[in-house]
Order: sequence, then structure tokens, then C-alpha cells
Amino acid sequence: MSLETFRAETRAWLEANCPPSMREPVRSEADAYWGGRNAEFASEDQKRWFEAMVEKGWTVPAWPKEYGGAGLSKDEAFVLKDEMKAIKARSPLSSFGIWMLGPALLKYGSDEQKAEHLPKIARGEIRWCQGYSEPGAGSDLASLRTKGVLDGDTYTVNGQKVWTSYADKADWIFALVRTEADAPKHLGISFMLIDMEAGGVSTKPILLISGRSPFCETFFDDAKVPASNVVGKPGQGWEIAKYLLSHERAGIVSEANFGGLNPVSAAHRSGEVDPEGRIADPILRAETAKLTIDALAFEATLRRVKDEADSGEGVGARASMLKYVGTELNKRRNVLNMSALGSDGLLWEGDDGAPARDWLRSRANSIEGGTSEIQLNILAKRVLELPGG
Amino acid sequence: MSFVLNEEEQMLRDSAKAFLAETAPVSALRKLRDADDQTGFSRDLWASMAEMGWTGIMVPEEFGGVDMGHAAAGFVLREMGRTLTASPFLSTAVLAAAAFRLAGSDAQKSAWLPKIAAAETVIAFAIDEKARHDPSTIETTATRDGNGFRLNGKKRFVACGAGADALLVAAKTEDGKTGLFIVPADAGGITRTARRTVDSHLPADFVFEDVRLEGDALLDGAEDSDAALAMVLDAGRAALAAEALGVAEEAFDRTIDYIREREQFGQPIGSFQGMQHRAAHLYSELELARSLVIKALRTLDETPSQAPLWCAAAKAKATEVSRLAGSEGIQMFGGVGMTDEYDIGLYYKRAQAAGEHLGDDAWNAGRVSALSGF
Repeated sequence: MSLETFRAETRAWLEANCPPSMREPVRSEADAYWGGRNAEFASEDQKRWFEAMVEKGWTVPAWPKEYGGAGLSKDEAFVLKDEMKAIKARSPLSSFGIWMLGPALLKYGSDEQKAEHLPKIARGEIRWCQGYSEPGAGSDLASLRTKGVLDGDTYTVNGQKVWTSYADKADWIFALVRTEADAPKHLGISFMLIDMEAGGVSTKPILLISGRSPFCETFFDDAKVPASNVVGKPGQGWEIAKYLLSHERAGIVSEANFGGLNPVSAAHRSGEVDPEGRIADPILRAETAKLTIDALAFEATLRRVKDEADSGEGVGARASMLKYVGTELNKRRNVLNMSALGSDGLLWEGDDGAPARDWLRSRANSIEGGTSEIQLNILAKRVLELPGG
Repeated sequence: MSFVLNEEEQMLRDSAKAFLAETAPVSALRKLRDADDQTGFSRDLWASMAEMGWTGIMVPEEFGGVDMGHAAAGFVLREMGRTLTASPFLSTAVLAAAAFRLAGSDAQKSAWLPKIAAAETVIAFAIDEKARHDPSTIETTATRDGNGFRLNGKKRFVACGAGADALLVAAKTEDGKTGLFIVPADAGGITRTARRTVDSHLPADFVFEDVRLEGDALLDGAEDSDAALAMVLDAGRAALAAEALGVAEEAFDRTIDYIREREQFGQPIGSFQGMQHRAAHLYSELELARSLVIKALRTLDETPSQAPLWCAAAKAKATEVSRLAGSEGIQMFGGVGMTDEYDIGLYYKRAQAAGEHLGDDAWNAGRVSALSGF
């Protein structure tokens, strides 16, 4: 099928199947559907939209059909994204399984692991969380100390993870665990899939400056994990983690770039516009123009990096550039939103409080998934090939 | 549209790189400057550019060109930015060629486009009358006089003005529209004053006092002359953005090479995190500018109705980033970056001048906000 035919058919299908309420901007956490054992739909429309997309394999359009995807080519997947963006369609399923674990399993997982886990991710049946950081292992992630000891064909896992996003709502966790006690720091880590209901795993939400608790502490107390739940080989975890982080980075930027409030809509909301509908404050208008230019530049850069990756240059360490630029841009947008909202932006309760909470949440963009400073380190070493220090 | 250069464009880029390294490296600009040359560019170089086929890049084949479009012209200019090549390419091969294509009558196209393709003329584009770019305020007038016109007014900082054979002058006509007039640079009533600028280029100021023009001086092939002029200016902005990008890329590459080699405290200064973060940030900004420049050039070729926003964004970002590449370059070179002996300062100076021409980052940000409706 030609790309243009695919585009026309996709447009028609979306028009017929995406309910109007699923084309409105995501305002709160409840507007996103995350799936999982205990998931509930916020509305009938959300359910209908989700089920229609699962049926098409479009929750994971580029995955193979046998794993719940639609087997689309990269170009077709881009067309689908384009057409969804054109009608402002919400993502039917938010999922760390899709953004992070899936790509790692596709590359490193055994056939059994893929067949067991990927379809459940595609259909939103299991909600995953990520266990990487520890209280003593942040930017220096490879110094992590959560320990797994093998006895027969079962690991006993003990230790603590932190910043595990939505761990209190997740069903399974993919975690980095030190299994090879005598190996060098980076080579002693394994990538493990752990059922959080199987015992020995507990979570505790962390209250953040936004007043929300999207992150948790996660504790392992003699958690029993079958050796068959190690992805790749024991000790290969760091390599897999790095691969996964580049997808996480891509996920963070695509989320940061998607819809939501901007300084122009914010100024209209607060009434801070002149009779022609322009942002009233000329300095704020100028800052917004600069933000707009950088947002256009970022949008074009995502396309260019994709084009170049397709023509063989690969994305590689440039994922760090996208992560750095995209997250700093999102922070700037939130700061300008607050300025455009004025004192309306200070409200804290209900829907009125969403902009302030989003603004505070955005501060984490340049910390999570590797800080901006870590991204700059990676760019300096791997793209610019500057000498090590 | 594709962000990747096709095979033909890659060949063009590679041959431009090789030709400019040989014929017009940075030392050529120094030579022009140090000889106090009064043309502002090399006529021999301009003739060689015709042999390379560059002067006809935007000229249709029926008029002796190769008709490769805005993107191809931009990729050549990007290489000229890297070598700081002073030439009439932007003024004549881009702005004038675009003006005749968009606003010329059939007779004017036949008369002028072949000359542009053959580098038989140097045409400067005379738009601004104030210190800052402002195409909305044109006070130069062209009033009817028999079959022809009388031109009165002034133009400032006309790029390539000192060495130009002819001018395209934007002037108000009696119907309130802005028209483009093709005017011999030495016509009676014209006073030309060359103005040496910081980048060692030689633009000129012009005063027009009752300059008598023939009836065919007015480019009258466009339905809407204001719209045609706006499109010519957009094309110029995208092309200048491409040149500024080349300036930025070369300044950056030279800076990275330098901090890899230069040692202090017994190690390369490029191993220090303070330097690495500056360099990596600049690299990221360059990536953004690169994407906008290619997007703007391709949009001019493929979907021109969407071009104004992308051209303004590209010019704004390329201006900002080329200035940043120059200033960061000087900082990272340290003391020697302040000397005339090192080239990095020349890049900073050209970035400033190319940035100002046809609107700097502030001006183009204003255009982005106006085009976006806020």
C-alpha cells in the first residue's frame, strides 16, 4: 500500500473511531489511561478509544503483529502519529511497558519472554514500572547495590529502589540488580523482571513539591525471582539499561512535546491579551516568540534525526541531544505559562491547580532519565569525542 | 519533504567545499581587506562561480540556468559561510534571480536571467532605508514621468553595493504598492557611498535624486507586487540563514579542534567539564538551527505558501546560533581568540553582519509572533 493510501485510510479510520472527547487536551492524570490489573476507565469514550486502538494493534503500531502490534513500517508509524496529532487525538495507552521495556525486550528478550510479556503490554493488561535509581545511586547509576543471590534456579533479591514512577500502581517491575558480586561495577548488574504481587516487594509513595506522588520508594525483602526472568545474560544488565534509557529519553521528549497549555493559550485563559488577541505584555510576547522558534526547531529536528537514522546515520548518542533540548524547552514553556497566567497560575486546588502542578512537575524533566548535565557529558564524549577528564 | 540531501545536492555540496577551499578560503577575504579593495569581492571569483554553474542555480533552464532551487542555493551558501567567502551570490544569484522569477515580465526575464546565470552582471538588492531592517517602511518613491519614472529617496547598507553594476530598488509607486525597479548603478542622479563594515564586506549607501528610469525598469510581471517582494525577502532570509549556519558550523568545528589540542594544567582543555558543557550546549543549538534552515529551504521549494513562518524562524535561530558559535569560540580560544591573527574573530564578525542583513533574531522573532497571531 502506498504511503498516501495509508494516510487516507488512517485519517478516515481515526475520524470514525476517535470519540470527540478523546481529542481534547489531557488536563489531569485521570485523562490518561495506563492499563494494568487494577485499571479503571475514566469514561466510556476512553474505553471505546482504547479498545478500538488495541484491536488495530495501534497501541504499539511498529511492533510485530504476533506481539500485539500492527507491524507498521517507520514511515507508516510516523503517518499514524501525524494524523493523530492533526486531530489532537489522545494517546490511547500510557505505558512504560511500551516506551521503555518493550524495545529492550524486542532486542534482548528470549522468545518465551517476548511471547509472555509483549502482548500483555500491547493490550494494557500489565502495568510496568522501572527500578533503576537507588538512594546512593542517582547519576552514578552503576554503583547500585540492590543484590540478587542465586540459589538453584531462583534469585533472592534484597535492597531498595527510589524514584520508581507509579510503582504503587504497577503490577511488575523491571529492575537492575547486582548479581555478580565479584565482577567490575558495570559488569555485575542483571536486568530482571519481577512480579510485584509475588511477595517480598513493597512500595511507598514520595510526596513531591507538586503535591502529587508520582514516584515511590520500592523495597525488596527476600523477594524470590525465577532465574528465567533475567533478560539477556546475567551481568548484561548495564548494556540493556543503556539501550532502554535512550528509548526513555525519546519517550520523555515526545511527551514533553505533545499538546497541553502554552503561553498563548495561558494568556487567553487569564485574560492577559490585548484587543487584537495578542499577548498583552510585550516582553512576554517576545519570550513566547523565541520559545515558538525553538519549538519549531525541535519539531523539525525530531524529523531530521528520524530521516538521518533511516538513511543509515543512526540516532545513537544524539538521543541525549533530543533529551536535553526537549526537556529544557518544556521547562521554559511551563515557566512562561506561569507568567502568562499571572496570579491565576498560583491556584492549587482542582483543575485550577493543574498548571502550577505541571510547572513544578516539569522541573524533574531535566533530572529524570539522566540529568541535563549527564546528557551534556555524553554528548561531549560520544558525539564531540572530546578527551576524557 | 526530506531533511537529507539527495545525491545531486551532495555532489553540489562536495564540489562547493572543494572549490571554495581552493579558490576562496578565509585568506582570500583577508587579502581583499588588507588590499583595501574597493569592489568588496573578486570579479574573477564571480566569473568562476558561473563556470561552476552556481550563478544559474535559481535560474530556469530556458534562461540558461540549472534550476535547482532554493535548497541547492542554500547548500552552496552554507559552504560559503564556512569559508567566509565574500561574493554577489546572495544578492544576485538568489535575491535578484528570485525577484525576476517572481515579479519580472517575460521580456524582463529574458533580458536579465541569462545575464545572472552567466555572471555578466552584479545586481545588488536595495531594500532598507533605516538602520534596522524594515521592509514595511519604504519612503523611496517612483513617480510616473512620461513613459518612464523618476526615482527619489535613499537606501542604506545595500549588500554588494560598492561593486554592483545594477540595483533592484524597492520603491513606492503612485498606487501605494511597493514595486521593484531595475536601475543601472551609475545612472545620472545616483550618489553611491561605499561603507566598510565589521565583516570586511563593502556595502554602499545610495541617494537617488530625480533618477530618470525607462518604463521597463519596473518589474511588472507579478499580480501582486507586494506579495512577490515579501516572497523574495523570505527567500533571502532562508539563504542568509544557510550562510550563517555555515559560519556557525565552521566556527564550532575549529573551536572543537582547538580545545582538543590546547593544553593547560597538563591536559587538553577540552577534557574539562566546564568546556565540555559549553561545547555540548552549542552543539545542541547548532542541531536546532540546522533543522530549521533545511526546513525553510525545502518549504520554499515544495510548499511556498507555508514558507514565511519557517524562513523567519530559520533566520532568527541561525542568527542567534551563529553569534553564539562566534562568541563561544572566542571564549574557548581564550586570549588568542581576541587576536586578528586567528580566524575565529572573523567568524564572529561575519555572524553579526549576516545576522543583521534582512532582519536579525529580534526582528524575525517579531515576524514569527505576527505570523502566529500572538
